[in-house]
This record gives sequence, structure tokens and C-alpha cells, in this order.
Amino acid sequence: MFDFSIITNWLHQSLLSVMPEVWAVVLECVIVGVCIILMYATLAIILIYGERKICAFFQCRLGPNRVGKWGCIQVVADVFKMLTKEIITPNQVDKFLYKLAPYMVILASFLTFACLPFNKGAEILDFNVGIFFLLAVSGIGVIGILLAGWGSNNKFSLIGAMRSGAQIISYELSVGLSMLTMVVLMGTMQFSQIVEEQADGWFLFKGHIPALIAFIIYLIAGNAECNRGPFDLPEAESELTAGYHTEYSGMNFGFFYLAEYLNLFIVSSVAATVFLGGWMPLHIVGLDGFNAVMDYIPGFIWFFGKAFFVVFLLMWVKWTFPRLRIDQILTLEWKYLLPISLVNLVLMVLIVVTGFHF
Amino acid sequence: MEIKKKTPKIKSIPYEEFQDNETLENMVKELNAGGANIVLGALDDVVNWGRSNSLWPLTFATSCCGIEFMALGAARYDMARFGFEVARSSPRQADMIMVCGTITNKMAPVLKRLYDQMADPKYVVAVGGCAVSGGPFKKSFHVVNGVDKIIPVDVYIPGCPPRPESFFYGMMQLQRKVKIEKFFGGRNKKEKREEIPTTFETEENKK
Amino acid sequence: MEEIQVIEPVALHGEMLKLRKEKQMDYLVSLVGMDWGDEGGLGVVYLLRSTLTGENVSIKTATKDRVAPELPTVSDIWKIADFYEREVFDFYGIVFINHPDMRRLYLRNDWVGYPFRKDDDPEKENPLNMTNESTDDTTPEIEFNPDGTIKKQENVIFDDREYVVNIGPQHPSTHGVMRFRVSLEGETIKKIDPLCGYIFRAIEKMDESLTYPQTLALVDRMDYLSAHQNRHALCMCIEKAMGVEVSPRVQYIRTIMDELQRIDSHLLFYACLAMDLGGLTPFFYGFRDREKILDIFEETCGGRLIMNYNTIGGVQADIHPNFVKRVKEFIPYLRGVIHEYHDIFTNNVIVRERLVGVGLLSREDAISYGCTGGTGRASGWACDVRKRMPYGLYDKVDFKEIVYKEGDSFARYMVRMDEIMESMKIIEQLIDNIPEGPYQTKMKPIIRVPEGTYSAFVESSRGEFGVFLESHGDKTPYRLHYRSTGLPLVAAIDTICRDTKIADLIAINGSIDYVVPDIDR
Repeated sequence: MFDFSIITNWLHQSLLSVMPEVWAVVLECVIVGVCIILMYATLAIILIYGERKICAFFQCRLGPNRVGKWGCIQVVADVFKMLTKEIITPNQVDKFLYKLAPYMVILASFLTFACLPFNKGAEILDFNVGIFFLLAVSGIGVIGILLAGWGSNNKFSLIGAMRSGAQIISYELSVGLSMLTMVVLMGTMQFSQIVEEQADGWFLFKGHIPALIAFIIYLIAGNAECNRGPFDLPEAESELTAGYHTEYSGMNFGFFYLAEYLNLFIVSSVAATVFLGGWMPLHIVGLDGFNAVMDYIPGFIWFFGKAFFVVFLLMWVKWTFPRLRIDQILTLEWKYLLPISLVNLVLMVLIVVTGFHF
Repeated sequence: MEIKKKTPKIKSIPYEEFQDNETLENMVKELNAGGANIVLGALDDVVNWGRSNSLWPLTFATSCCGIEFMALGAARYDMARFGFEVARSSPRQADMIMVCGTITNKMAPVLKRLYDQMADPKYVVAVGGCAVSGGPFKKSFHVVNGVDKIIPVDVYIPGCPPRPESFFYGMMQLQRKVKIEKFFGGRNKKEKREEIPTTFETEENKK
Repeated sequence: MEEIQVIEPVALHGEMLKLRKEKQMDYLVSLVGMDWGDEGGLGVVYLLRSTLTGENVSIKTATKDRVAPELPTVSDIWKIADFYEREVFDFYGIVFINHPDMRRLYLRNDWVGYPFRKDDDPEKENPLNMTNESTDDTTPEIEFNPDGTIKKQENVIFDDREYVVNIGPQHPSTHGVMRFRVSLEGETIKKIDPLCGYIFRAIEKMDESLTYPQTLALVDRMDYLSAHQNRHALCMCIEKAMGVEVSPRVQYIRTIMDELQRIDSHLLFYACLAMDLGGLTPFFYGFRDREKILDIFEETCGGRLIMNYNTIGGVQADIHPNFVKRVKEFIPYLRGVIHEYHDIFTNNVIVRERLVGVGLLSREDAISYGCTGGTGRASGWACDVRKRMPYGLYDKVDFKEIVYKEGDSFARYMVRMDEIMESMKIIEQLIDNIPEGPYQTKMKPIIRVPEGTYSAFVESSRGEFGVFLESHGDKTPYRLHYRSTGLPLVAAIDTICRDTKIADLIAINGSIDYVVPDIDR
């Protein structure tokens, strides 16, 4: 397998030969920051384009197809327009909170983005409590939403933000419990270790029944975390005008828009990493020839392929189902998903202790 | 060195097939009077290309023309091909307001407020006979005879209701108009408009 | 000419109560304000009907006082009279004693004058006013003191401590421009106050200065999703008044067009309900199939949405030679495709959760408010005009009247889906047998309707649409009033939405299916 740490080590050595260690590290941080921003923007463009085309095909029509071949540079045009729009700050808003909110949301997005393992050796942050860090940091996004709703000085934004806050905090429990179930199986919380351990089979197959239940619960809860799909009441377009980001225009609104799609991507990539093997190719125990062929495909293609597959599943769900009401959303979490997750956790512990997994 | 703005092109529709080319040519002459920098001119072209292909309408429909607007977004006519399908419902995030339907005296201040809430650069398209001039309700005492009495209009789409193909034609005219504007360089940004003298009571002249 | 009883204002309330109790006149069809000049005075015509016996009664009352006209209210007998009397106050200035909420309904609350009076000049006194309208939280009520003098009282609409949220008039749920002020407690709705008039175009006032063929042009644009049916009603009323018989070919064509329009409107109802609930894909299915009906319309009538097809005495042009073939291709196509609608939407567990048991309207309330159409039939009130007072060919075709008993949003939705199937059945029975004949009866160039009052009712896609015509023998009508299908529905929203959640308001609005220009006219 191609190991990305070859490139990072080569870069580090060549910088060390030119400047002292401190400056080398600073320059590397800057390079990494620029890379994250570029990748973030590119992925957002691909995801938005993908959503528009996929939803068009579900709705028996063509999506954008005039701007570039098959409409592929449509979103670039959208970005140019968004950058040149006037940023209006309404008069009576709480200026500090109003301006801070989009940046909080983007901050949470970037931090979680930095945890993902794209290839062997290509993680940016690799703690030994990786999953714990991910869950902790994704909570910062809620603050951004609540600040946006409160700071906008608008009754509808406030209602939208309160709904969103209640929803996200509730569903974080389900996300946490399904991750905990998988940690019991995996034995480690470090992302690079998690992927390495799936060399002889993905955890979805290794953990059979409880892993499948955890996967489904994670997908539902992850969908609700991103305010997407059947759970998008906080920004319900046809109900409360535009929810918590009604009063934002121009690039501030652009940040909310990007962060929504990137959160979706991050939820899908975490699902792909923990359940479907991350950048690890599909290996079937016993078929060595097959495994060798699978190894030729580079790791990041596996990773992005799996992540985009899960993104497609979530988009499919969004464009099929109507919305749930807020009390139905909370009922679903507290009365159904949470007890099932707890029982599932006990089941997984039993399986690991008795060794009934593959 | 100066470059001159050229007349705008729409993909796969020849320039001669558009009706009102003289207005655009006059606008181009006016905007070129100040000349344009080569770097800013090229940047203008790129930004205008982006803006013209991504005009997001505000969902605003008062009567019958609103149904044709919805049919425009539906599967057979599909305005998503042009990039317009993201119809935002908050005026701050929308680029243009397509006034579909009759505007009555009671609705007029609401429309003006919506227009004021939109972020620049913004455009107005008057769709249907009622928004263009009052339409079949011209004689009524409660109908504003044409939405250009209260907000400045960029494109008029006549019809009662106009066919979806007319909508597309109007939107392509708007795209051409956006493409020749100056964004960065020069002093004149858009076409000059005359001030419409207002004979009716507004917040300012009430005091 | 129809029989109209005249009752003096002092005896009015007692007589109305007697009619309600003894003759079971529980359905107030329409309440028409009139200005009969200086001899007749300002007054009101009431059209009552009994849901048990089907008997129709018309009552007339007037007062000669033009400075401060007063009449007793009947809003305690029929709940819809609340809104109808506000409309009459708005246009004629007649104050109704004991009415709890005597505010203007359509015009701004700082409007000067009463525009439908014959001696009023609305434009001179009310130029375009761009200041924002102030919203009242209290409303006046006029009562009688025990000694007979007038007492004015202020009733409170919304308290200071209530959390009042404004929904509309610019509304993403594209039902039009309707404004609601909603008082919330958390997510639960305590009270709703609808404010109408944002698309009030004064069609009825304009009609008084247009000739009869000219009035046909405006009636299409009221409820534009029942354009054929509206125009059919007006043409039927004028033909009845003039004693003109239309040929059987015209009857067939009008009935088939009405039913196609009904299918079109119900498909759009389905699409918009799905969009309001958040499922955007069924929206596209509904519109895709609706386009096929619009193609059929366009070939014959020339228009997709506003058809201008029915005329006085017939239709504007004969049907296109391809009409029969296209309709016969369309019906089997829709029958084959309609199961998709049920698969993706009706049988979905989320839809059931959001619609079943939400927004209950009891049968008594439906009759008292006059909620006809799918809404009334979903509450158990069999009010289909096609069965109760048949017109066109409806007494010769075989179809079921769909009535559900639950009265919730899901029942309202299912009524309309089942009506699509019934409409297809009606068209199938008629399409092969269109007789030959003229498509227009010869009429005089200038149409004068003989003196008298006439009315005609049709079942439009949204309910009972009625035309009330009073003519004094001229070539323009003296008073032309349309019984709106949507105003009772909006009046009933406060009752339906008590103690539901705000997300349910959107679902209920979608399932009630009103079109705002029809409410405001």
C-alpha cells in the first residue's frame, strides 16, 4: 500500500536542512492549513454539485447542465456570486454574537475534518483518543447555531435555533453510544489503529449483528446531527422561512451552506472509517489473489469511494421522505433509538467477552 | 491599455434571435465611456459570468403567475438547468425577485420592504400582465398599475400568464444584462436610471 | 327569478333563529351586501340552505340610514357570518350590533370610505399609501345597552403577554399571500388571527362597470385552479337568467373540461401538500402528470392556466380533432401511474404520523362555517353540489360521492385522491359519446339580462362556488357577488388549529387546500 508518511517525512527532512526546527514546524502548519482549506472547498463544491444532480435524477429531471459540460462548474459560479454579495448586518442584532456564529460552525467543521484518515499515514491529527476528540469537537457546532439564532434578533431564527439545539444534543447521545459499541469491538480509539485492524475484514462484517444495528443507528443519528434529511425542521424552508440563518447574507451565509455539506461528508467518512474500513481495501480471508488485486487500488480512492457511497445513501433518504415534526424527532431519539443503543451495547460486550465475533 | 466590453453571449442561442439588442448595446456604450482597465476588466468578466449563472430567485408569488413559476421549476421545464433552482425564501440570500402576480395597494409596502431587505446586487423581474402594468385589473381601485411604480424593474415578461418558455427568454435577457455590468473597474456600474417622482405617501414625506 | 322574503331589521335576529331551529337551515351559503340607492337603502341578502331537506331560502333586509347604518348580527347562529359581516362592513359601512369583532376584513384599517357604495369614490380619497399598516391588538364591538342606546366595547385579540408570531404574507408555502398572526406557547398554538386582503383586486366592484361578456374574463383569475368551473358557474347564471338553453354538445364539453380541471387541481394539491411536508420528490411527480392535462387544454383552448373557454351560450371554439384521442390516452396513463403516488407518500409512516389525527374539524363546525368541498366531505358532510343540485350532465353519469368521517388532515387528503379516480370514471363515461351539434348558441351582440336576482352553484375543485347576480335590466350587472370557496376554510382555521403545534399549521394549511385570490377576490 502506498504510504503517505513517505511524503511527509521527505518534506520534514528537506525543511530541516534549510531552517531550524521551530520554523520548519511553523511552515508545515501553514502548508497543512492551506491544504485543509483547499480540500474543504473542493469537497464542498463536489458535494453541492453531486447533491443537485442526484436530487434532479431522483425527481425525473436534469439538474444543472448549461454551465460547463454536464453542468460541472455550476457551483464555481455559485461561489463567485456568493463572494461578491453584500454582507448586511441588521441594525438591532447582537453584533459580536451575530458575527461570531458562522465562524464557530466552520471551526467545528474544520476540527472534525482534521481527524479523518485519508490514506496510510495521511492523517492530520492522530491522537490515541481520536474518536473521543471527534465527538467532543463536533459539539462546538451547536454553539454556532444557537448563537446565530439568538443573535439575529428574529423570532423565527430563535425558534429554529432552539429546535436545532434540542435535536443535535439529543442525537449526540445516539452517535456516542454507537461509537462506544464499536470501540468495545475495536479495542482502540485511535483512527489509524482502527483502520489497520480492519486489514482482515471490515468491522461491519466482523461484528455482525450488533455492528449492523450500530451502523443503522449511527446513520440515522448522523443524519439528524447535520440537520438533513427527514430531520431538517430547524431550517425547514417551507415552514419558518429559513430558520436560524434567515438574517445572514453573502459569505456569512456561504459558511453555513458549506458547513452543512461538509458535516454530511464528515459523518459519512466516520461511518466509512469505523464500519467500512476507511482506506483499507476489501480483503476476504483466504483469497490471497483477490486481496493482492484489491491492494493495487490506492487507499484514498477506497476512502473517498466509501464516503461518497454513504453520502449517496443519506441523500437518497433525504429526497424520499418528508419531514418529521420536532416532538416526533425527539420521541424517536429518546424512546426508540436510545434504549435500542443501550441494549446493543450490552449485546456487543457479551459478544466480545465470549469471543463470538470474527 | 483599455479593453472594451463586448456584447453578451448566451450558450446555444444566437445573438440575432434576441429581440431587444439595442438597449444592451446602448448600455455597453455608456459603460465603455469611462474605459476599463485590462486586469479589472477580465476580473469583471469572470465575476459577471459567475453572477449571471447563479441568480437565485426569491419565492414570491401572489397569484396565477406563481403557478407557472412553480411549473417552471418542475420536471418538464426545469429551471435548474440554468442554475436557478435554489429558490431561497429569505430575501437576504436571494439575488432576484420575480414578481409573479398582481400587486395590490395593501401588498405594495410589503413588497417594497422585501426589496429593501435584499442584498446587493439585486434584480427585479416583473412577470405577467399584472406586474407589468396592472393587466386585466388596471381599472381597479386597489391594484398598483405596474410594479415599476414602486421598485425599479430590470426585465418585463408579459403574458397572462406567460408560458414557461417566455420565462426562460426573460431570464436569459436578465443574464445578458448581468454579463455586461461593471463590477470592479470604472465609475459607472449599472445603467443610469431616472428617478421616478413619487406622488404617493411614503415614510419620508409623511414627516 | 327567485323568491326573496323581506324582513325588517328589528325582527331579523328572531326570524333567523326560528329558521335555524325549526326549519334546520344550518348552512349559510352566502351573505351579500347590497346598496339599493336612496329608496332601497343599504342592506344584506342572506342565502340559506338546509343540509337535511335541501331547501333554499333567501332573505332580504335593509336600512335607510346611510350615515350610520346598523343591522343585527347573525354570527351567533352561523359561525361563518363572523367573516361575512366583516366583509359587508368593509365594503358598505353597515355596522352589525353584537358582532364581537367589527374590523375591516380586506382593506387597510386606515382606509377612508366604503368602496362598494354607489356614491363612493375610492381612488380620490385613498391614493397609494406606502406606509406600513399598523396592526391592532384590540377590536371594537357595538352592543345595545339595556335601555336601547348604543355602547361601544373593546375586545382584545392578543394580550400583551402573548408571544405573537407573524406568518406571511410572503410565504414559502406558495399558497399565496395570506397573513396569520399566531399566538404561541412554546410550540403550541393558542390562537390564530387571519388577515386577508393582500390580493384584493375588487373584482366585484369592477364587474359593476363591465358588460356581461367582459365580466367572464375576470372570473377565471379568481380561483385559477378551477378556471373552467368558475366560468361555467357564471355562464350558467347568465344563461339561466336569460332563459338560454345550451346544446347537448356544449354540456358534454363543459362537463369533461370541468372534470379534467378537477384532476389537474387535485394533482397540484398533492404536489403542494408533499412540498409543504418536506418531501420534495412527490411535488415533481404531481407536476409531471399535470403537464399532460395542460397539453390537452392548450390544444383546444389555447391556454395552460387561464383558459377563457366558456362563453355565454356555449364555448369559444369547438374541441380540437385530437381532443378525444388525447383524453383517451391520458386516462389509462394516469390510472397506471397513480399507484406511485400512494407508494411514495400515502403509505409512508412519516406522512401518517404527520397527518393522521391532526387538525380535527367536526361535522357541526364544518356546516356552521360552510366548509364545502373536500374539507367538508372529509368531516362527514355530504355536500357535493354535483349530487345535491345537479347541473350539466352530472345527473346522467354514475359516480360516487366520497365522504370520510374522521375529519383529520389525512381524511382530507384521501378524499381528494379518491376524487381523482371518480373524475376519471366520469370522463370515461362521457368521452366516447359527445354528440354533434353547435358549440355556441346565437346570442344578441349586446346582452341585457332581465331584471331580478339569480344564482347558480357549481362544485369547483375546492368546494361550492356560487354566483349571485342582481340585474336592473342594463347591460352591466347591478351587483355580482361570488361565493368564495376559501373564505370559510380560512375562517375555520382558528377552530381547527387550537392546541396543535406550529408545524401542524403548515400541514393543516396544505390539507385544507385554499387558493388565496379566491378568498380575497
